[in-house]
Amino acid sequence: MFKMRMLRICRKSIKDAFKSIFRNFSLSMASISCTAVTLILVAVAILVTYNVRSITNDIEEVLTIVALVDQNATEEEVEALKTQINDLENVDAEKTTYDTTTDIKESLSKDDDIKEILEILDDFKLESAFVVHVKDVRDITDTAMEIEGFDKVSRVKYGESLVNKLVSMFDIIKNACIVAVIALILVTAFLIANTIKITIFSRRQEINIMRLVGTSNTVIKFPFLIEGFVLGIIGAIIPILLTIYGYAFFYDFVGGKLFTDLVVLVKPEEIIYITSLVLVIVGGVVGMFGSVNAVRRYLKI
Amino acid sequence: MEFIELKNVFKVYKNGVSALADVNLSISKGEFVFIIGQSGSGKSTLTKLLYREEKPNRGSVFVGNINVSKLKNGNVYKLRRKIGVVFQDFKLLPKLNVYENIAYPLESYGMKDSEIREKVLKALERVGLKEKIRSYPNQLSGGEQQRVCIARAIVNEPKLIICDEPTGDLDPKISKEIMDVLDKINREMDSTIIMATHDREIVNRMKKRVVCLHEGVIVSDKKKGSYVQNENA
Repeated sequence: MFKMRMLRICRKSIKDAFKSIFRNFSLSMASISCTAVTLILVAVAILVTYNVRSITNDIEEVLTIVALVDQNATEEEVEALKTQINDLENVDAEKTTYDTTTDIKESLSKDDDIKEILEILDDFKLESAFVVHVKDVRDITDTAMEIEGFDKVSRVKYGESLVNKLVSMFDIIKNACIVAVIALILVTAFLIANTIKITIFSRRQEINIMRLVGTSNTVIKFPFLIEGFVLGIIGAIIPILLTIYGYAFFYDFVGGKLFTDLVVLVKPEEIIYITSLVLVIVGGVVGMFGSVNAVRRYLKI
Repeated sequence: MEFIELKNVFKVYKNGVSALADVNLSISKGEFVFIIGQSGSGKSTLTKLLYREEKPNRGSVFVGNINVSKLKNGNVYKLRRKIGVVFQDFKLLPKLNVYENIAYPLESYGMKDSEIREKVLKALERVGLKEKIRSYPNQLSGGEQQRVCIARAIVNEPKLIICDEPTGDLDPKISKEIMDVLDKINREMDSTIIMATHDREIVNRMKKRVVCLHEGVIVSDKKKGSYVQNENA
């Protein structure tokens, strides 16, 4: 009985919320468009952040320190060096390998052209080396220097500083995007709160009558919360369509890579649906948050 | 205890205006009571205390067994569901038609559609406005709008109906019709009706209990059948 009553009240609230959206159509449109614009920017920020993270990961994957080992090092010394390297905090021990000259020769021989060259240059000197993977590419220079300082390490080679700069630039972009997203979400919440505020003011007479005929506060407030939620969700529709079709179009347009082969974009299907879900949630939650705020502040009953 | 009890009620508004001073009043179930007095005598304030639109500064107000003066804001709606209020300015929602205006309170209580329909039609029949069921307030005359307001007040069959100058904006002929409707409701539904008015003609004709207020004080309380010759009497 109670459940049925609540259900009917919910149904009425939802109906009232939609009625109000259509009744104050221009105002609703204004806040929907503002939400849409904000959410588009949110979508862009999410896509950029996601891509930057993926690109950074890719770079981290390929960026290694190659520590060339002294040719006259004994097996024990190589073993000791291996422990030393693996004990470093920034070294990913599982991925780090030790390639002997034979290993390197074998791996190079897989390529027919190089195999020929190797056969011609029979006395071509190859050095055994540790291929060290790091956990955080930002500290690669420090780690490389430490390894260089170890006994029996003849030389150390690692990714050029350009790559390093690229990574730190990506970091800045990612952080800027996160800040922008938070700021935009706040702006959206403010806009929706404003719409609800105006709706409350334009319906003051109605609210007053509702109170006089014995409508409970919850029933009066509920439609406003739903209205904010619905405005947020509707505002998310265009940004979602833009995310799904726009990103796919952009991806195809640039062929999945940006400038060089090193910068590979995230495939649309891996990212667009999750981004859309985030937009719906952000739209709905922010809309609701905005209206809760407005109701609390302007609907004193 | 009587159905309605006001004990040593004082009301002073924030701007310093004293509206009621030491008012004591008891009203039994099923009574029809006029509250009369000049403008500013405290009639409206007294009725507003009953449906908790205003709170007394001192004293207590009981409606049924509810201590209205101590009712928390969040629970006021429970009281108002048991009371029907008829206003001078009707307070109808302009975007809703007659049926929707009357059904509105019941819908917000979460009542079943079939039950609402039955109650609304019954209320409309009582006020004699069935043929205007789909009209909007702006398509109705003043008298018709007031009937809709009365129908909304009685739709949940309350035991108390409060009317604040319901005929204030209506001409004498229409006022008489409205009073006939209220009288019928009082008899048929056995509802207590408290009506604030300064329409002497109506009061004299109806011959009901008359409580006269002057500057916030009850100056006379005449039982059934009495009438007023002078507002200050």
